[in-house]
Amino acid sequence: MGMAAADLQFHVLAVDDSLIDRKLIESLFRSSSCQVTTVDSGSKALEFLGLQEEHDDQNHPNQPCVSPSNQQEVEVNLIITDYCMPGMTGYDLLKKIKESSSLRNIPVVIMSSENVPSRITRCLEEGAEEFFLKPVRLSDVNKLKSHMMKTKCKNNKQQQPEIIVTQEKQESIDIAHVVLPEG
Amino acid sequence: MEQLQRKLAEYTTSLYNEKILDEQFIQLQQLQDESNPDFVVEVVSLFFEDSERLLNELAKALNQANVDFKKLDAHVHQMKGSSSSIGAQRVQRGCIAFRNYCDDRNVEGCLKCLQQVKNEYTLVKNKLETLFKLEKQFVDAGGSFPIV
Repeated sequence: MGMAAADLQFHVLAVDDSLIDRKLIESLFRSSSCQVTTVDSGSKALEFLGLQEEHDDQNHPNQPCVSPSNQQEVEVNLIITDYCMPGMTGYDLLKKIKESSSLRNIPVVIMSSENVPSRITRCLEEGAEEFFLKPVRLSDVNKLKSHMMKTKCKNNKQQQPEIIVTQEKQESIDIAHVVLPEG
Repeated sequence: MEQLQRKLAEYTTSLYNEKILDEQFIQLQQLQDESNPDFVVEVVSLFFEDSERLLNELAKALNQANVDFKKLDAHVHQMKGSSSSIGAQRVQRGCIAFRNYCDDRNVEGCLKCLQQVKNEYTLVKNKLETLFKLEKQFVDAGGSFPIV
């Protein structure tokens, strides 16, 4: 069922402070034939991506924001992160990624157990591709394949996708999905 | 074996009817396969461990002279998340009510909710343990999933 060619394997970096949710996300992506790396914090995610924080109380304060020499050879096609995390939130992580010239093209998806419209809007405005309400389903993961293709095929021209927020229930915003055009 | 199958099906159905579990649990079962054969039991075990720890923390936090509602809320939020992730609907709902009392800084309300969440947790734990036992009996008797 899955494509055997190594260059078609997507690598996902999943960030969540909950062990249960990390296990779930890992399983969801693995069942979609993706390689998954999980970390439990935003700072660990940045470390993995080869980005050292400028003002990090734990680490050395004199590290530059982007150290090309520290850049891992690992290619990441998607970053999926929980919003509510102690320390660096998913939103903070999103911002840092979008501010980085080396990382800003990696699609970032935010997950949250709470349906807060202003939160969703803020994340999308900051450049998140999608915002999923937890618990994340297999159908959500399948939606992400096209996003991951974008970083695989680096020669594709960068188009600005149209962002449409649809509401499934009119009387209250229960679920807000971002629908991007196919391909 | 047919009897076991029926028993298992009836038991499972009752769990959904009583809203002890919701569709998220089905999602978990769908993620289980030959490459991931113990997935459900593993995730549920994590949930048990996590919940017991959190329930202890909640009791401790409510026992303080000056209750730290922020901390309390953080713990309940965690429990709400994990129960939602495995489909333990009644526990999740209990947590939602609990958070409202945290927002209101209502200690008595929180204590009541803690008891409620504890009860729901104990219930889902017992039910899931029974479910796993029944499933094991079914598999040992030669049965296989999915049940048609």
